[in-house]
Amino acid sequence: MIWNSATQFFAMGGYGLYVWGAYAVTLACLAVEPVLALQRHRAARRALAAEGDSP
Amino acid sequence: MSTSWRFFRFASPAAFYPLAGMLVPWFGVVAAVLAAVGLYLGMLRAPTDATQGDAYRIIFIHVPAAWMSMLLYVVMAFWAAIGWAFNARLASIVARAIAPTGAMFTFLALWTGALWGKPTWGTWWVWDARLTSELILLFLYAGFLSLVSAIDDPRRADRAGALLAIVGSINVPIIYFSVKWWNTLHQGATVSVAAAPKMASTMLTAMLLMTLAFWAYAFAVVFTRARAIVLERDRHAGWAQASVRPPASAAAPGMQT
Repeated sequence: MIWNSATQFFAMGGYGLYVWGAYAVTLACLAVEPVLALQRHRAARRALAAEGDSP
Repeated sequence: MSTSWRFFRFASPAAFYPLAGMLVPWFGVVAAVLAAVGLYLGMLRAPTDATQGDAYRIIFIHVPAAWMSMLLYVVMAFWAAIGWAFNARLASIVARAIAPTGAMFTFLALWTGALWGKPTWGTWWVWDARLTSELILLFLYAGFLSLVSAIDDPRRADRAGALLAIVGSINVPIIYFSVKWWNTLHQGATVSVAAAPKMASTMLTAMLLMTLAFWAYAFAVVFTRARAIVLERDRHAGWAQASVRPPASAAAPGMQT
């Protein structure tokens, strides 16, 4: 561990805004994209099931 | 003979669908574990850079995102070309499933690059060769996505998309070699196969782990999206209908149809 405190870690040597701005947007994208893909898959399964019920 | 037969079996959407479904959770777990170890090394163990301070820590997502943006484009163009040349539907579907993920990694490479450029170069953006060609990559992904969604007939759309993807692939070597061919503000390659890496080993390990994490992530998301597209396209096929409902024997015991 190279940090002495959590404050020091979050400050990132004064570059906190840049570093965490990059990480926050990356995390948001990587969290949202799988949800969208899963929703699309679920919607496809629902549409398929509905079609089978009323041919 | 039997080996090639087995390989081509998975070129059928009916065989791909369950196989991909089985692999997705594993790729997800691998991505999460690699990212956890990579971030631990990169954010908590790697030393502060002598010239850039802690701003350099953006490298652990910037370089992997930029590599993935180029790799995914090449893979997308490859499968689009296979789908066109051999009339292989699944290959075209995989190409379409890759495009949004590739576009997202391109955006992330540009975003993290801007946030790294401001404190180190003093500017969010310059029109130098590396940054401009990466922006063109984003436009190529966007062009591919809008082209295939604008054409109603799916196979015609696949062929049009394949043409765009193949022509656009000339941009990938331009991005890669831009820092050599032109005098750019962007630095040259830190890691290359031809020379020893110019960075501390903890930093390098963290960066490579994050790259593998992004790669496993891309597999998980692309396979999930490909499964959705397969169902959307094969909705009249018997196997697709069967995949969304329990086996007939379990649903209606004793009923003969």
